[in-house]
Amino acid sequence: MRIGVDVNGRRKDADVEPRTLLSDFLRHDLGLTGTHVGCEHGVCGACTVQVDGEPVRSCLMFAVQVDGRSVRTVEALAGDDDDLHPLQQAFHEHHALQCGFCTPGFLMSLEPFVRDRPDASDEEIREALAGNACRCTGYEGIVQAVRGAAREGR
Amino acid sequence: MKPAPFHYEAPRTLDAVLALLGEDAKVLAGGQSLVPIMNFRLARPATLVDVNRVDELAHLRKRDGVLHIGALTRHATLERSGVVARGWPLLRQAVRHVGHPQIRSRGTVGGSCAHGDPTAELPVALTALDARFHLRSRAGERVVDAAQFFVSHLTTALHDDELLVEVEVPPLPAGARTAFVEYARTHGDWALAGAAVVVAPGHAAIVLLGAAPTPLRAADAEAALAAGAGAAEAARRAGALVEDEWRAALTSSLVRRALEEAGA
Repeated sequence: MRIGVDVNGRRKDADVEPRTLLSDFLRHDLGLTGTHVGCEHGVCGACTVQVDGEPVRSCLMFAVQVDGRSVRTVEALAGDDDDLHPLQQAFHEHHALQCGFCTPGFLMSLEPFVRDRPDASDEEIREALAGNACRCTGYEGIVQAVRGAAREGR
Repeated sequence: MKPAPFHYEAPRTLDAVLALLGEDAKVLAGGQSLVPIMNFRLARPATLVDVNRVDELAHLRKRDGVLHIGALTRHATLERSGVVARGWPLLRQAVRHVGHPQIRSRGTVGGSCAHGDPTAELPVALTALDARFHLRSRAGERVVDAAQFFVSHLTTALHDDELLVEVEVPPLPAGARTAFVEYARTHGDWALAGAAVVVAPGHAAIVLLGAAPTPLRAADAEAALAAGAGAAEAARRAGALVEDEWRAALTSSLVRRALEEAGA
C-alpha cells in the first residue's frame, strides 16, 4: 500500500506491505536505526516513538496506520549542528545510560513529559518511565536526569 | 515475531466498518492486545478492519447526566477528562492502572472491553458502574449490561458481524465514593487480583478482578455492606468467592483496602 507520512518534519512516501510494523518501516525502509527493537510485543519500550506528539510503541502499530500523520523519532532530538537535546545532555551528565540500547525509547517517552510536567515529583517521574525497561542503570540515574532536565527547562 | 500477511481495510465510516465485519475479519482498535498476539502469530486474521479513522466512534460526552464513551476513546483521553474525573472518578482511578503511558495513548475503551480479559481494569470498573454496552451490526443495534456482555475468558457477547460502538455509564448515586485497587507483581503488569467499589447511602457495588473468567460481582458482600456490615466482614465474604487460598486472601485484603478508601 502507498503511504505518505511526515517523519521528523520531512515528507516520506513509500510502498509498504500492510503487515510491516512501524518499527521495521522506520529502521528498514527509512534507515532510521535510532529506534531500537527489543521485545516486539509491547513490553520493553525500546521502540517508543511519537505519533502526532504522543509516545507510542512502534512495534504495536503498522506502518499503514501512520499514513497522513506525523512521526517523530530519536533522530529528531539533537539539533542540526549535533548539539544534544537538553534531555540527552541530562542523560549524559547523570549517567542515565550504560549500554544505551533502551535510551532512544526512554528519550521519546520522557521528552513530552519533561516539557509538560517540569514540576513532577520523583514518584510521578517513576510512573512516567515505568513503561521502559533498562537492564543496566537501575533507573536512579534516569530519574535524576529527568529531574535535571526539568530544572533546566523551567 | 512478525505478523502473518493479512488484507487491510481502513474505512472512515461506521457503516463501512459494519459492511466488512464477518467470520474472517478482526477489528483493529488500539492494537495493544491484538498486535502482540499477531506478532507471536497466535492470531492470523485474514482481514484486519482498522477502525482508527472512524471519527464517529471517538466521542466522550455527558448527556442528561449519562456518560457516553465512544468505543474508540483512548485510555489517555479518559484519564485526562475533567468530565470523567468529576462525575465518574472510578474510571480515572481504574484507567491509571492500565499498562503504561505509551499503552494508554493508543489503547481504547472499546478494545479493552471487546478483548474480554478478566484481569483488565476497565471491564471491572464498568461492571461496578452498571454500564451498558451498545453493539451494532448491519441488522441493527442491541444494548446489553455487563453481566450479559462479558461471557468468559476472552469471550464476549459480540457476534462476528457486530461492533461494540459505545459504552454508556449512568450517573453515580448521590454521595457515592469510589475506589479501585489491584495487585500486580511489577507496576503496569497484568494484575493478579483487584477490586472496584462504589459505596453510597443505601448502595454498594463490589466487583472483583482476576477472580473468575469475567469481572465478578461480589453480591453477598454487597448485601452485607448494605445491611450495615463493616468493611472487614464484606471483604471476608468477597474473598470467600475465590477458591485458591492465597488469591482469596489477596482479594479479601484488596477489597478491604478499597472499601476503606471509599469510606465504608
